[in-house]
Amino acid sequence: MKIIINGKEKQLLGPNNLANAIKESCTDPEHVISEVNGKIIRSENWENFSLQENDKIELVTFVGGG
Amino acid sequence: MENVRNNPAENVDDKPLIIADTIFNNRFFLGTGKFKSKQELETCIKKTGIEIVTVALRRIDLERHEENILEYIPHSVKLLVNTSGARNAEEAIRIARISKEAGYGNWVKIEIMNDSKYLLPDNNETIKATEILSKEGFVVLPYMFPDLYAARELVKAGAATVMPLGSFIGSNQGLKAEEFIKVLINEIDLPIIVDAGIGSPSQAAYAMEIGADAVLVNTAIATASDPVSIARAFSLAVEAGRLAYLGKLPKEKNKGNASSPLSGFLYE
Repeated sequence: MKIIINGKEKQLLGPNNLANAIKESCTDPEHVISEVNGKIIRSENWENFSLQENDKIELVTFVGGG
Repeated sequence: MENVRNNPAENVDDKPLIIADTIFNNRFFLGTGKFKSKQELETCIKKTGIEIVTVALRRIDLERHEENILEYIPHSVKLLVNTSGARNAEEAIRIARISKEAGYGNWVKIEIMNDSKYLLPDNNETIKATEILSKEGFVVLPYMFPDLYAARELVKAGAATVMPLGSFIGSNQGLKAEEFIKVLINEIDLPIIVDAGIGSPSQAAYAMEIGADAVLVNTAIATASDPVSIARAFSLAVEAGRLAYLGKLPKEKNKGNASSPLSGFLYE
């Protein structure tokens, strides 16, 4: 299934849920904040959140900043 | 002689800084950008007893793995999420909401810029964002250009502090806006935190001497050859400036005024 993560297309290899999409995309899901189609999905709901074809996922986190 | 450096509150009649019911005993706020090493950032925090740091929110770079900055910030330190990168109120509000929704608290530093050369904060958009986020229950610390009317609007909008720039962000120019910051210190009944442009410990001390409630420093520390030494120097300077403010320095005079008694000379 094709999804869009941080502006780039990605083919999901495993299950079509958000937890897996994040696992397949970044090595350290700790402190990751995710939005699906503009809506924030809290980490406790990632496993049960089913993705649809072409869903737009934003993965953000904290970085150094003034 | 007593050592006042480690605990000035015991020696001087000072009140802690209170922002939205949270007590800060340390008036030195640290920005976490531009550090070459996250370990050094962590050491700076630990060596200076920093109680609040700013962090920014960005898209994860999926191509490379980087350790998260939050791993290096002790849990006891308050996170102040900076909306840097926002070009208008709407974008700043989105960043604040994402952070809160994700469970990282409701403290936000509003930083809105849409000028890429001078990086000056947009006071109008900042006031709009402050009003909306304050109503939603955020503790809003707006970074602003030191303008009295804008500061009054921020107070009305529910800001928890006002954070005027000292000079261009990241410029190390110090308190170029000194006179206008003094106006805010005199007229605004909220903590005034000088943010941006402070390039040396003496400048930070001076900001505190004139009555700022706290200072926020980032670039001058993060880009120094030895950030830990510089952070400690800033920490001492902020404390020194605060003590000088509390002790009420005498006024400048434009002629000589002898320090020794002017009588009882040996040749009299």
